[in-house]
Amino acid sequence: MAVNAPLAIDVEDMGFRYPGNPDVSFSKLNLKIAKGERFGLFGPNGAGKTTLISLMTGLLTADEGHIKLLGQDVGKQNNAVNKLFGFVPQDFSFYQELSPVENLQFFGAWSGLDKKTIKQRTNELLGILGLDEVRNKPVEKFSGGMKRRVNLAIGVIHKPAVIFLDEPTVGVDVQTRHAIIDYLLELNKSGTTLIYTSHQLSEAEDLCRQVALIDNGKIIAEDSLDKLMADHKQESLEQMFLNLTGKDLRNDV
Amino acid sequence: MFKLKATIIKDLRILLRDKVGISLMFVMPIILVVVVTSIQNSTFQLVNKNRLPIIINNNDTGQASKQLIAAINKIGMFKVSQVSGDQSEKQMTDAMHQKDATLGVIIPANFSVKVSAKSKSIAGKALKSFGLEGDSVKHEAGDIDPLTVYYNPILQESIRMSVQGAIRSALQLVESRETLRSLYFSINEKQLPASLENEMLNNKTAINEIPVSKDGTRTTPNATQHNVPAWTIFAMFFIIMSLGGSVVREKVSGSFIRLKTLPTNYMVGLLSKQITYLVVTMLQAAVIFSIGIWLFPFFGLPALNLPADILALVIVTVVCGWCAVSYAICVGVFADTQEQANGFGAVSIVILACVGGLMVPSFAMQGFFKSAADISPMHWCLQAYYTLFLEGGKLKDVINNIIPLFIITLVFQFVTFIGLKRKNLI
Repeated sequence: MAVNAPLAIDVEDMGFRYPGNPDVSFSKLNLKIAKGERFGLFGPNGAGKTTLISLMTGLLTADEGHIKLLGQDVGKQNNAVNKLFGFVPQDFSFYQELSPVENLQFFGAWSGLDKKTIKQRTNELLGILGLDEVRNKPVEKFSGGMKRRVNLAIGVIHKPAVIFLDEPTVGVDVQTRHAIIDYLLELNKSGTTLIYTSHQLSEAEDLCRQVALIDNGKIIAEDSLDKLMADHKQESLEQMFLNLTGKDLRNDV
Repeated sequence: MFKLKATIIKDLRILLRDKVGISLMFVMPIILVVVVTSIQNSTFQLVNKNRLPIIINNNDTGQASKQLIAAINKIGMFKVSQVSGDQSEKQMTDAMHQKDATLGVIIPANFSVKVSAKSKSIAGKALKSFGLEGDSVKHEAGDIDPLTVYYNPILQESIRMSVQGAIRSALQLVESRETLRSLYFSINEKQLPASLENEMLNNKTAINEIPVSKDGTRTTPNATQHNVPAWTIFAMFFIIMSLGGSVVREKVSGSFIRLKTLPTNYMVGLLSKQITYLVVTMLQAAVIFSIGIWLFPFFGLPALNLPADILALVIVTVVCGWCAVSYAICVGVFADTQEQANGFGAVSIVILACVGGLMVPSFAMQGFFKSAADISPMHWCLQAYYTLFLEGGKLKDVINNIIPLFIITLVFQFVTFIGLKRKNLI
């Protein structure tokens, strides 16, 4: 990353500890992600990936240091910052009783869009993500892959500058995975920063330019994917991952 | 405003698709109000119009026992049937079951002789106190053997007490008649004329019952006027089964995480739920009142008469509905699972209803429970409704009920806010 490139995320000397749970904690963590980057955050279970995403999206508040998103301090209920990013959580984060259109209408309004823009974006997204035919059916009747696409559509409805994706393709078929990744790459081409976590390391090779490996609350490696693999003399990200984090099984309680 | 409107539409859509929730909020309370009013109406009629079946086993052969049975018959409260012979407790119980009687009375043998002896003794004492000497004063009479009353345990305490009072009154009449006859005979050495006896014993002072209402009307309260308002309150609080669960569902589902990352305060979500479910409570009240007014007469129940002050009725209903909604949200915020919200919600509203006087009148409560009624929002709402529905009160008469109800609502709102803050939800 160029030293003076504009930053999408700037984490500086950040410290955080869950009250009563010292297992996951960060101390003096630094991470910089450039605007327009496709950034992958990887690590074993319990390494702190979701916690770090939660801190970067303001769901959790850092105990020390600071986190900036496009130059603005991230904090709890900071509406100015919340408008700048989109979040696609690992869980299905919508109302299963509602249809894709109804979900997008609601989340679009909460994302600060007006009625006209919501309608326009809804039509656009349902078309791109192949949900047009089922636009008015309750999501609870959808397959896992279709639900993932609804989850993604809601996260990007307001065309955010930065998108956080927490395992966006978990449990989906190959077709859906490709559809999601293709769409994300399209978004990135138009300047959207992607910050992505997954266990699917092969997928990271398709999607990410820059990666960081995190373990026990520490970033143990961070660079471009090609450079990391060259430095560690590995042919795949998975092999490098095992080399750096070991083969012990991890429990995430 | 657009966000609030979108949220209300979302909440309404979810609510309308929750068939179980809707049936819990509308169908169940309607069934409850119809069933409870019908049963209560039967109880009113049991005391006022219908007759309690009673079996009398008369082991006495004299006149006093016949007079006693006639007096019990005359009360008008009982449907008397008699069994003869010396009945054991088992036989009496069997006879009660056979004839579907809730009461059984055994008049002991020699009842008339003992009543007569006792009367003569009392008459003698009376004569002595007048300075006259009669025959009867010479010998003391023993106590009359007690009547034995069997009753079905399903009979409520209040009804049992009324029964006991009625039988005691009949007994008193028989004893007084005997005493009067003895006294008259001792003085005049001839029988007491029937006309005089009737005049002396039956010339009771009439009791006029007048319902005291605030507007001076004389409408007699009935089961409908009592039950419809009471169970409407219960129905409004019953929305906890849908709303409490809805808050928990939203909280534990992933959607809440996303909501927290959007540029909108969750208070908009809570405000939307309050508005949506307040409308639901208003609809519940409108539906139940309408059923009371137009449908009850078809079930043979008295029709509901709405209070004269409709504005006061609307205000009380709105504040009560808001209180019910606030309580449901509060429970939903603190519950971790839907099961917790539903379980605690259901039990707590039954307790609040008991303490609040929906099941047992508050005036019948004593000590701790009388004070505890003050913290039940249902108590204040019920008092306000009773003032409007039964006493013909106006808005000024229910202000003292609305204020505590409003304060309790604000307390629920405050506790909810604290809960949301503590759980890092806002």
